[in-house]
Formats: sequence, C-alpha cells, structure tokens
Amino acid sequence: MNTPEENAGQSKPSIRSYLTLRMRDYGILLALIVIIAFFQIVTDGVLMRPVNITNLFLQNSYVIIMALGMLMIIVAGHIDLSVGSIVGFIGALAAVLIVQWNVPVIVTIFACIFAGMLIGAWQGYWVAYWKIPSFIVTLAGMLIFRGLSLWLLNGQSVGPFPSSFQLLSTGFVPDIFGVGKPNMTALAAGIIAAAAIVYLAWRGRARNVAYGIEDEPYSFFLGRNIIVAAVLVFVSWKLASFRGLPNVLVSMAILTVIYTFITESTTFGRRVYAIGGNEKAAALSGINTRRLNFIVFVNMGMLAALAGLVFAARLNIATPKAGNGFELDVIAAVFIGGASMSGGVGKIVGAVVGAFIMGIMNNGMSIMGIGIDYQQVIKGLVLLAAVVFDVYNKNKA
Amino acid sequence: MTTLLEMKKITKTFPGVKALSDVDLSVEEGEIHALVGENGAGKSTLMKVLSGVYPHGSYEGEIHYAGELATFGGISDSEKKGIIIIHQELALVPQLSIAENIFLGNEVARSGVISWPDTYQKTEKLLRKVGLKDPPATLVEKIGVGKQQLVEIAKALSKDVRLLILDEPTAALSESDSAKLLSLLLELKQQGITSILISHKLNEVEQVADSITVIRDGSSVADIDCRKEEVSEARIIQAMVGRAMENRYPDRERNIGQELMSVKDWTVWHPEQTDRKVIKSVQFNVRAGEIVGIAGLMGSGRTELAMSIFGQSYGRNISGEVWLGGQKVDVSTVPKAIFAGLAYVTEDRKALGLVLDEPITKNVTLANLPGVSKYGVLNSAEETKTSEYYRKAMNIRTPTVAQRVVNLSGGNQQKVVLSKWLFTQPDVLILDEPTRGIDVGAKFEIYSLMNQLAAEGRGVVMISSEMPELLGMCDRIYVMNEGALVGELDAAEASQERIMSFIVRK
Repeated sequence: MNTPEENAGQSKPSIRSYLTLRMRDYGILLALIVIIAFFQIVTDGVLMRPVNITNLFLQNSYVIIMALGMLMIIVAGHIDLSVGSIVGFIGALAAVLIVQWNVPVIVTIFACIFAGMLIGAWQGYWVAYWKIPSFIVTLAGMLIFRGLSLWLLNGQSVGPFPSSFQLLSTGFVPDIFGVGKPNMTALAAGIIAAAAIVYLAWRGRARNVAYGIEDEPYSFFLGRNIIVAAVLVFVSWKLASFRGLPNVLVSMAILTVIYTFITESTTFGRRVYAIGGNEKAAALSGINTRRLNFIVFVNMGMLAALAGLVFAARLNIATPKAGNGFELDVIAAVFIGGASMSGGVGKIVGAVVGAFIMGIMNNGMSIMGIGIDYQQVIKGLVLLAAVVFDVYNKNKA
Repeated sequence: MTTLLEMKKITKTFPGVKALSDVDLSVEEGEIHALVGENGAGKSTLMKVLSGVYPHGSYEGEIHYAGELATFGGISDSEKKGIIIIHQELALVPQLSIAENIFLGNEVARSGVISWPDTYQKTEKLLRKVGLKDPPATLVEKIGVGKQQLVEIAKALSKDVRLLILDEPTAALSESDSAKLLSLLLELKQQGITSILISHKLNEVEQVADSITVIRDGSSVADIDCRKEEVSEARIIQAMVGRAMENRYPDRERNIGQELMSVKDWTVWHPEQTDRKVIKSVQFNVRAGEIVGIAGLMGSGRTELAMSIFGQSYGRNISGEVWLGGQKVDVSTVPKAIFAGLAYVTEDRKALGLVLDEPITKNVTLANLPGVSKYGVLNSAEETKTSEYYRKAMNIRTPTVAQRVVNLSGGNQQKVVLSKWLFTQPDVLILDEPTRGIDVGAKFEIYSLMNQLAAEGRGVVMISSEMPELLGMCDRIYVMNEGALVGELDAAEASQERIMSFIVRK
C-alpha cells in the first residue's frame, strides 16, 4: 500500500470515485471561476478593474469576517440569526463612545470587541447550558440588539468618525518599497502568500502519501494549486496597480489563516466538529460539549463586533438600520461554502469562497444595473441550487 | 373450543438471516396464549408477520384466521379483522389527550368535523372498561406508563378487537401496575377477547396463560397446554435456552489478581419519572485480569447502571461510591471517569459511539486528543500513526485509516470504538453488548481482544443479552433484574438455566 507503484496503480480507477466524493470542494471552486468569468464578460471587464477588485474586498470584508464565526456555529450544529443586529449595535456603541463621549479610538475598539463577546456569552449561555434552541435564542437576540441600537442612537444617525477610526476599513498598507505604483508591497504579499500556500499543501501531501492515505490524484493536486496560486498573484497585481493592500484585507487574511488553523489543527476545532457530527458520542468521549458550545457563541459575538466596527468605519456613520439582513448573507455564504445544516461538516475556506461568490454576484449585478428585486431572486436561487447540489451529491455517493 | 388463529410453517428470511423457520402457532378462541423466548428468538417477527407489517407474500407458510386464509397486505387489513397489536414502545402522542389518542386516525367525525361530545362519551365508556378513572381530556404525557398502557388497550377496544397482541406489556411497569394489567387481561378474556401475551416474566405467564408456545432461534420448540398439565418454570426455561453450545470462544489462561474496581451502594433515579428508582443499591467488583459478566434481560437496568457509573451519563440523584485501585474516585463527569481509568463501550455504537461521517483517524483519537497534540495543537502525523497502529493491532479491515467509519461493517466499526477506548489506556473497560449485530468471525476477534485485555491485567465488565457468550467468556457473572443485582455466579457453577431462574424468580 505504501509503495509508489501500488499507489500509482490504484489511482487510475479511483479518480472517478474521488471526484464524486470531492465534487463539492471542486464544485465551489469551479462555481467561483464560472461566476467571475461570466461577470467579467457581461460587465465588459469592469469586474476585474483594480478599483473594483479593491471595492469588492472592502464591501465584503464584514461578511467574510462573520462567516468565519458562523462556520463554526453551523458546524457545531447551531445557527446565529442575531449577527446583523450585533453589527448595528456595536456600530452604535462605537459612535456613542467616540463621537458623543470622546473616548479614545483604541479604547473604544477594545470595549466594543469585549461587548461583542459579552453578547455572545449571553446567547451561548442559553444555548449551551439551558439547551434552548439557538434559532430561538438568536431570533430573540436579533430583536433585542436591534432595539438596543435604536435606543443607543435615539433613533438618529451618529457620525462622522475621526479618521483614525476609519483606517479600520478604508486604510491601505503603505508601500514599504517606496515604488508607489505598482504597489510592490501588495505584489510581494500576494507572491509570498501563494508560495506559502503551495508549500504547505505540498508538505501535507507528502506526509499523507507517506502514510498511504492520500487520495487526491496528482494531476488534481497540481491543477488546484496552480489555479489558487495564479489567482492570488493576479489579484495582488490588480490591487498593486490601484492603491495597494487594504488594511481590512490584511486583517481578513490573517483571520482566515487563524481560523483555518483552529478548525483543522487544534483539539478545540476537532471537538467542535465532533459535537456537530454526533453530540452524544462526543459527550460520551469526554468532551465538555456545553463549554464548547458556549465558546463558539462567544467567538461569534467577538467576530460580529469586529465586523460591526469595520462596517461603521466604512460608512463613517452609525445608523439604527446598520447591519439589517447581514445575517442572511453570512448564513448563505456558509451554506454555499458547503457546510451542512445538520452540523459536523464545513470548512473555513469554503465559507470564505461562499462569501466571495455572494459578493461578486452582488457587485457584478449592480454593475450590470440589475434591480435589487431581481438581485434578491437570483441570490436566493443560487443558495438553493448550492444546497440542492450538496444533497444530490450526498444521495448519489 | 374453536381455533381462532392457526399459523402454519411460517418462514421469514431477511437478507442473510433466517429469522423464522417453520414456526407453528395455534391460538384458540377466548384464551390467553403466551409466547415466550429469549431476546431475538423471533417472537416480534412472528407477530409482525401476523399483523401484516410483513405483508402476505414476503413470508412462506399460511395463516388461517377465523376460519379463512388470511392474506394481509398491511396493518390496516389485520386491524379490520380485529387483530390489534400493542407494541413495547407505546404508539401514543404524548401531547394529545387520552380521547384524542384513542380515536387518532379513527376520529368520531362527520365530514371531517370532530364531534367532541360523542368522542368524550365513547372514551368514558372505554375507560370504564379498562378501569381508568382519569378524565378523557387529560394529556397522555401527564399520566404514568401503566395508565398509558391502559389507554392503548382502550384504543384497541375502540376498534372492536378480537385478537389482542401485547408485546412485553409489563416490561416498563411497576409491580402493582403489572398486576392491574394482568387482571384486566383476565377480564377481557371473560368478555370473549383472545390475547397473545409476549413476556419474559414467567411468573406472569404462569399466572394468566392458558397455553404457552416457546420460540427459540426462530423455531417453535414447545407447545404447553396449561389447562391439561402442570407447568413449571424450569420446564419453560429449559425449552427457552436448550441449545447446544459450540466452542466459539477462544481459550485463555486465567490470572486473576487484586480487586481493581468496586462499586458500592449505587442507586440511580429515572431522569424523567422522578419517583422511579432505576438502579437499586447495586454492589459489584472487578479484579485485575478478570472478565465479569452482567446478565439480564433488556430493560433490566444494565445499560443504565454502566452509563450512570461512566460520568453520570444517565439518570439523576445518583448516589453510591466507585473505588478504583483502592481509592475512592470521582466519576461525576465523563472526563473525570476517563481520567480515573474507566472506559465505556456503548451498546449503540452508531448513535453513541461514533461520529459516522468522520474518518477512522478522527474517531480513534476523539476520547484522547491530548494524546496526539501539544498545547492544544494537533499533530496529524502522530494521529495517523496512532490510528495506523490500531488498524493493524485490531485488524480493522479497510484500505486506509482515512476511510469514513460509516462505510465500515458493524464488526469493523466496533473495532474502531474499541480502539478509541484502548487509546485512553483504561484500567477497567465496561463493554455493553460488544458483539451485538456483528458476524461470527468478528465476534471471535472481539472475544480474543477481551482475553488479551484481561491478560494485560485490566478489568473487563461485559454486559450481554446472549447468555452463551457470557458463559463462554466470563469468570464471574452477576445477574441483574429490575435494577438490582439478584445473583452472582462463578463461571464454574453458572448455566443458562441458573441465570434464567435468577431472572424469573420474584
């Protein structure tokens, strides 16, 4: 089994079975490429303009940040409907602290993130220790925190924020190479990231092959990595020819790496998947399911607060309506990314790609001038199609 | 007396298993006919054939009912003829009232509009017949299991029952409720209703049955007419268990050491029915290198005992002490129980033992993730190495450890569960029905593994419904019945008859 000859001999007939098993992983990558290509053509290339790509990241940053937490919530077998309201509430809190009370920006940021964790703890407490269904708890939270943001802001919009706060969302990393245009920092970051991803994938594969548990055909492995690396370098080139790396993209990328690590390489992440896969078996294996469920909600509250800050910084004003309906975008992104409603299944990368699919569709359709009415219909159909595709594959396998 | 039901040479096969072979059953009009046999002997299958759950054509043999050949295509066909079956798990909707439950699917209605006065009136009449005094509007969840059983019977009466089949009706009932139910059966008999009673409790059978059919391994092995001959429990027991023992158990050298675990005065209350004691002051011990069996019927409290010891995973108001290696240990949560050196292999490996959609690797390490990680970061090379080790050691048949466990056979799944617990390095393993649903070859492997564990000086507790397996494997056997340990036998003096007599003795 461990000799290369045997592996090579085996890989031929297994490509097909491998594909059916991993249809989802490739399917979403394929879907992303198709959607990009489609909008690139119908918008006459506007989609891929440097300014638009930069905008894409700025517009979707908060959805992606929240999708990281939502993925863990859904993997653990729960749902969080309140994140949109938390975004609004935290934005309002930041505005009141900074604009009305003149609290320093850095203090406000930490206070807001702490407030988000408290909100998560409040909801997690009921879900984890009282076994109240998360749908109910967070539906209540959706109303409670929307109401509280209205109360905080007295129903008014509060702003603008000082420029140091706006940097959270609209700032760019300065070009350390001093070239200016194209921005060499952005390009270098893209190339380094691509190299790192390929290196890690190659190392992981080598280890799996040594244990004889690698099932991805070499050609697929190669193709997948070339595409990922090429996309990264391409995007960083586009960013470099506009204003460089947005701050929020950097934090997003760092967060994505951290959460991928947590979900795939820590005992904590493993236990969250086990809880979602079979909570009773997990509990009987000595896993403290209540504490883990609690932490997952605290984490979601923290990320929702961060997203709330980023969103407020981007709009430069806090309004009582901020974040309305965000929960749906976030949840849709996670499900498009391949997570399962029944828990135990889903990947961080999938959720991020799912968020990009939603974001590119929003962006592309807006450029095309499609009305908000049709946009919603189309987004709904795409979400449904993604999940139907999932279920179809699962039944076939 | 006329014969109401005559089942002739009934044979029913499932893929790979012959559940019934040439079973004969003859029930006379107006009698109470008992059907007895071990778990899995085929009693329930036979009743499913009779009631049409397995429709005509899916079995061989003939059923003659009320003078004609019966060809039921489903339950509704047999119900129309007055054959009503009451299953062990009651088919009542807890959130509906007694009246609503009785007429569920059979509502007293005109063009779809329910007439509540008529419903309540009829319900009251039926409740009087079964001796239930609760108002018809009472929700079923508010009354106890005993009364729920009566509601089921009232429901059967509402359908003009002629042949009433009760599957283990007293299994979940207290003694006084059981007595009430049995006297109701006798009353119904006066009214001309024929019953088939499936029961493990031979004292009950003796008390009410007019005739008895014993089923063993899918065949009817004895017909006893209680009206003509004196029936002794011993005779029934012998018929129930009288099968030849083959040498299906690996030999082992017994090397039994000091006491390893002892459980003292263990008492557990039911998690929902707060006035019901499930485990009653149980004491037992396990020595190093010893395999101790716990025999008993399903529902006797064996699993509840094991799960309540393993981190209080079952029950409430648990009291008693657990001693391991001469020290009193805290087993109040699962992590603490694992830390103390306990492992519990569940009887329901799919629902409670495995994360089915995950690969072997992740299942094997689940109970001991610190063993493959540092500072909370998993070492996946170490993890793969560990599961590879167990794949070879346990002979898990799979191409790679990346295989998802849902794709494994029952025997291999069980080996994954065992691997998971061995990786926690336990001192005492409690194995709950470790060979249920796995084939003979895998069984032998699991027995060999148990012997090996004992040889390493661990203690093994084996819970099983299969008495031959207990007799073949254990050094000592405790017999459990209705939440209490009612007997303790050394392997040398144990026999199926002796175990059974402990169980059926009141």
